[in-house]
Amino acid sequence: MSLWEYANPVKFMGLSSRLIPTLSVLTILCLVTGIVWGFFGTPDDYKQGSTVKIIFLHVPSALMAINAWMMMLVASLVWLIRRHHVSALAAKAAAPIGITMTLIALGTGAIWGKPMWGTYWAWDPRLTSFMILFVFYLGYMALWSAIEDSDTAADLTSILCMIGSVFALLSRYAVNFWNQGLHQGASLSLDKEQHVDDTFYYPLLFCIAGFVLLFVLLVLIRTRTEIRLRRAAALAARNV
Amino acid sequence: MPDLGKYADTVILAYIVSFVFLIGLVGLTWLQSRRAKRILATEETRNGK
Repeated sequence: MSLWEYANPVKFMGLSSRLIPTLSVLTILCLVTGIVWGFFGTPDDYKQGSTVKIIFLHVPSALMAINAWMMMLVASLVWLIRRHHVSALAAKAAAPIGITMTLIALGTGAIWGKPMWGTYWAWDPRLTSFMILFVFYLGYMALWSAIEDSDTAADLTSILCMIGSVFALLSRYAVNFWNQGLHQGASLSLDKEQHVDDTFYYPLLFCIAGFVLLFVLLVLIRTRTEIRLRRAAALAARNV
Repeated sequence: MPDLGKYADTVILAYIVSFVFLIGLVGLTWLQSRRAKRILATEETRNGK
């Protein structure tokens, strides 16, 4: 059994309909556990006070904003190389989720930045590359809507996705490239000396797992929506 | 409700903003999914399938 079999829309619909109920339950469990534990069960930070609780939404959303684009890149490459329509539709389906995650990360970051840095916004390398990533998301979605022929739209958005990947990676690693900037290093690291204290780390892991599961769940649902709309358009074209 | 001290407004605002976006995304996804099912069902009926 090959993974490519799921590029067949019928197989994809069958598999995704079986996965969605389980994924929904796991998503709710992880998100509720992580957010309730993080909000109610963690103490204030000695430097940042209660604002540290924003980490449970800011870090997972920022992580997913970048990883959604990377998933779109993989799906776009699959489309360009193997011409599987489901992969192009999955990339299209992921964009609104990615842009929402970017907005949450930018919004919570600005709200957190005001009391900690004294400003809502700074042209910090990570913030700037994140803002550019947001513009790429907008451009990607606009391009899908602007082109009538779906294969041409998939081709052009795939190329845009490859270009935007530079900024997605830059947002992840910007703090390592440039020293000037307000952001600290990685909050999550395999090196225990570097990452946040365990008190915050474990609920944060639940929140990250919840956001990852939410992303997968929504991509599946939205891809199914795109497949249905394409099938409906094909049937409608027969009647013209 | 934990005591959020002088940053209570900041923390609550961040949570409200996030929940609004998340609930909006889930709601929109659900509505679009329902709409697509309806459109496909209509087309399949028209095609006698």
